[in-house]
Amino acid sequence: MTVTAIHAPTPAAAPVPAAPIVEVRNISKIYPGGVEALNNISLSFPEGELTSLLGPSGCGKTTLLKIIAGLLQPTAGEVLVRGRRVTAPGPERSFVFQDFALMPWATVIRNAAFGLELRGVARSEREAVAEKYIASVGLKGFERKYPHELSGGMRQRVGLARALAVNADIVMMDEPFSAVDEQTRRQFQEDLLRLVATERKTFLFVTHSIEEAVYVSNRIVLLSRRPSRVSEIIDVDLPRESDPEQIRRHPTYLDAVEGIWQTLKHYLD
Amino acid sequence: MEFKGYRIPAMASLVIWAVLWEIVGRLGLTILIPPLSTTLEKLAEIAANESFWDAMAITMRTFLWGSAIAIVVGVPLGILMGRSVILDRMLLPWVNTFISAPLSAIVPVIMAVFGFGETTIILTVVLFAIWIIILDARAGAHAISPSLVEMARVYGASPRQAFAKIYVWSALPEILTGIRLGLLRAVKGVIIGQLLVSVVGFGRLFEIYSSNFLMEHMWALLIVLFALAFLIDLAFGAIERRVDHFASSRS
Repeated sequence: MTVTAIHAPTPAAAPVPAAPIVEVRNISKIYPGGVEALNNISLSFPEGELTSLLGPSGCGKTTLLKIIAGLLQPTAGEVLVRGRRVTAPGPERSFVFQDFALMPWATVIRNAAFGLELRGVARSEREAVAEKYIASVGLKGFERKYPHELSGGMRQRVGLARALAVNADIVMMDEPFSAVDEQTRRQFQEDLLRLVATERKTFLFVTHSIEEAVYVSNRIVLLSRRPSRVSEIIDVDLPRESDPEQIRRHPTYLDAVEGIWQTLKHYLD
Repeated sequence: MEFKGYRIPAMASLVIWAVLWEIVGRLGLTILIPPLSTTLEKLAEIAANESFWDAMAITMRTFLWGSAIAIVVGVPLGILMGRSVILDRMLLPWVNTFISAPLSAIVPVIMAVFGFGETTIILTVVLFAIWIIILDARAGAHAISPSLVEMARVYGASPRQAFAKIYVWSALPEILTGIRLGLLRAVKGVIIGQLLVSVVGFGRLFEIYSSNFLMEHMWALLIVLFALAFLIDLAFGAIERRVDHFASSRS
């Protein structure tokens, strides 16, 4: 139950406890037009953990996540998944979108099963899988509803069910709760923790909320302002099995939030 | 609509115009406008005629074929133009030219190549209908949410899957608007095509009626054709409203 802050001087990769499933090597990204989003970022993401990318808004954390997802190409550097270089999306990685990215013309179950549908899995089979994950994100009974009949929080649960249904090893989430109201968001964070514990997957999580990052993550990667570098890597060790109220009042939680705030404050002006 | 507290049915103005037509016709001001009542009588008379139903069959057949070709070619082409900058640069100037060009002037060219048969009429229908269908499908492709495109990529959609499962559906509201406008232009196309070819279908009937100054027959035919266009618009408007719910939730 200690906060150990490892100052990782870039570009050297930080030492990590578990075997890295995703490695990012010397990634830079300059957008056409000259905006430099990322500057020589090297990171390792250990398997089975939830790592958050946290930083001031507009710092390029979503860009980094989309590069790892294969949706964007880096200007320099490479992304390795289990030691193999990747340049495009693959079945071992799934993605939860900030704006949910649900098909408005399709039911909850078709949306949740869409990854499997694209892979050619038979209808009955993929719907059985989707049903299971729809239930596990707490939407049992809503299978035949359409996205516009659901609240924002429920829509994002569909997005999460879709990401889990393809059984990818790595689930990437791009500010998944930012379009969701505060109460729903807390509920969602707790459900996410439960899923992290049961699903044994690697989660990569982008957020701009310090509290959210500390609450859900095993590790937090702090990014500096654009052009982003890795500013600090923080391991968070919280008793996650305990009551959410207790976690949010835990000294470790509060210290971590305060510590990160002190670091991020430098990037504000 | 209400007038002095009374509800007025939506079609009330039609009644007024019909009465006006009847009066002008009865006054016998000009041979060009026969009374509505005799026109309707003539309509019943024409409708009993076999050549009328022949013309109707040709019209429907060429209209359906032409519209189908315009949709099957126009919708994918419009979506591809919306997704590909190169294709867009290549084709957009032509689409914009043809959408405003006096298309009737091109029909004789088609006629010279394809003769005086139904092929020419079908191609005329395509020529009239396809451009607005392309443009609207293109606009629909521009409205596809970028995150849905990314979603398709992340979950491994092939280009064909992305097209059939995401793009077409995303662009559906604009596509349907385009098809509705396209079909209305197709009605023009099918009539103008027949008039210019003038040896088959309604074109032939119009030719016979007008060269013999049979104004009642002319008007009767016009009523049929106008009603046809109106019904097509009505039917498609209804289909369009059905997909409105997801058009509004699309962001």
